Amino acid sequence: MVIKTEGLSFSFGAQQVVKSLSLQVPAGSIYGFLGPNGAGKTTTIKMLLNLLKTGEGSIHIFGQELQSNRISILSQIGSLIEQPAIYHHLTGKENLMNRALLLQVSEQRVDEMLKLVQLTNAAGKKAGQYSLGMKQRLGIALALLSDPKLLILDEPTNGLDPNGIIEMRELMLRLVAGGKTVFISSHLLAEIEKMATHVGIINNGELMFQGTIHELQNINQPMIRIEVDNTVDAANFLKRNNFAVNDINHDHLYVPFISKQQIGDINTLLVQNGMTVFSINKHHKDLEQLFLDITQSN
Amino acid sequence: MKGFLLSFQSEFYKTRKTLGFWGAIILPILISSLAFLAVYTKSDVFVKMPPMGQWIQFSMISLGSMGSLLLPIYTIFVAYSVNNVEHKADTWKTLFSLPISRWAVYSAKFFYALFLLFLCLTLFVIFNVAFGNLLSVFKPELKFNEYHMELQLIQVYYKLLLSALGILSIQFLLSLLWADFLKPMGLGFVATITGVILASNNWKYSYLFPYAHPMGAIKSMVKNNNGPSKMLEIDIYTKDVYVSLVIAVVVFIAGYYIVQRKSVK
Repeated sequence: MVIKTEGLSFSFGAQQVVKSLSLQVPAGSIYGFLGPNGAGKTTTIKMLLNLLKTGEGSIHIFGQELQSNRISILSQIGSLIEQPAIYHHLTGKENLMNRALLLQVSEQRVDEMLKLVQLTNAAGKKAGQYSLGMKQRLGIALALLSDPKLLILDEPTNGLDPNGIIEMRELMLRLVAGGKTVFISSHLLAEIEKMATHVGIINNGELMFQGTIHELQNINQPMIRIEVDNTVDAANFLKRNNFAVNDINHDHLYVPFISKQQIGDINTLLVQNGMTVFSINKHHKDLEQLFLDITQSN
Repeated sequence: MKGFLLSFQSEFYKTRKTLGFWGAIILPILISSLAFLAVYTKSDVFVKMPPMGQWIQFSMISLGSMGSLLLPIYTIFVAYSVNNVEHKADTWKTLFSLPISRWAVYSAKFFYALFLLFLCLTLFVIFNVAFGNLLSVFKPELKFNEYHMELQLIQVYYKLLLSALGILSIQFLLSLLWADFLKPMGLGFVATITGVILASNNWKYSYLFPYAHPMGAIKSMVKNNNGPSKMLEIDIYTKDVYVSLVIAVVVFIAGYYIVQRKSVK
């Protein structure tokens, strides 16, 4: 495990914002840390970076205890927390050069990073004049500068346009293919779904779910989605024939999926009884829906 | 130590384009030029003085303005400026998640502020001496070339530097803790005015109040010799300077523990 926390808790005064969190982030994964705004994601990330003193519990990163191995652990982490921290009076390149000085990284690496995030042309421009997307990209270049083994990114796609989001996703996938681990927080499930290998879902400071992306999808029972001319009649008819109908709306009705054969049986039954079937297929609830179900049930 | 040196270098890199840094250079040029102009235009008054008197009068223009108000205010500004760079860019979190000890980051910042103060006062000495000698070139009737007080000037400005350390450490901590401009600057100004009033009224205990130290340092700089003396002797280590040093050390160390405990926003 690259990150392993046990019983991690944190309070701001009387308000407990992180409750007994036990994260397990395997090496080489893209771990999507999901939760609505205010769920405790940033607080958790700040604890992982030793910016906030842990209330209770323990944090191990690369198998080492964080507090007592702070510097050796931090030297292998690149991070981007909330909005990127950038000196506006310096140019994009100067921002990177300043960090390169602190991390003792060469100017060549700085130029490579500028190229990677496509800021080479804007390198000499004051960072204060950058657009939000450019600032975000500069923030990512800063995080990647030391070639860290672990990348911790807090809402990195904030402010990026759709193209930027796709580029970011491709970059993450490339980094992981190169042996790195990425811990990425977001409140947008669709975004995480497209790249994460593992997912942790947090709400009100509590971990609601943790596992692989497939485990998450498997929890979600698949359905048969049937599009017919009259959903109400079809639903009543199926019920009389001992099929459970879970959900119904104007266009579709949903029956729990058991087997492919069952899809064929339902289709035959409906058609033979004079109903027009426009479409019938196996259907996963999208993760957005699942996410709402998990967070709202608690 | 390496972390400290890297952080110190980075402080210079970050601030080299800010007013905090350039202030250390502009202020001595400005004040020394004004002093030069004042003596140049009123040379008829100065001609009547002996060379030592000319130097003292000329130097006191800079020293007087620095000792009374400028030095405390510049110190407050420097302390604000080095911390404001991080507040404005929201970079405390990145600074404290670097693989560099917190102590190195904190102390490098403090010593960089101290370095700016040192630079400013060193330039005051250099410009004071240079402009003094320049005066006797432009106005040969002035006798600046017939007397030397470089050593005394170095001593006085060194004393001023020491006397400002108490203010620096307090203002540094305030500016580090408070992100806004008004709180540390406002408090600093009020304290400075109070200090000037206390010191100029010779209040018995003004040596205990750090914001009164620069003015106290000027007032107590000349050693009380009995009888007339041709040499001007500077008394560096007066009790106000000791108090300033003690406050600087105590607040600097206490500040570290406050920063250590404070969560980084």
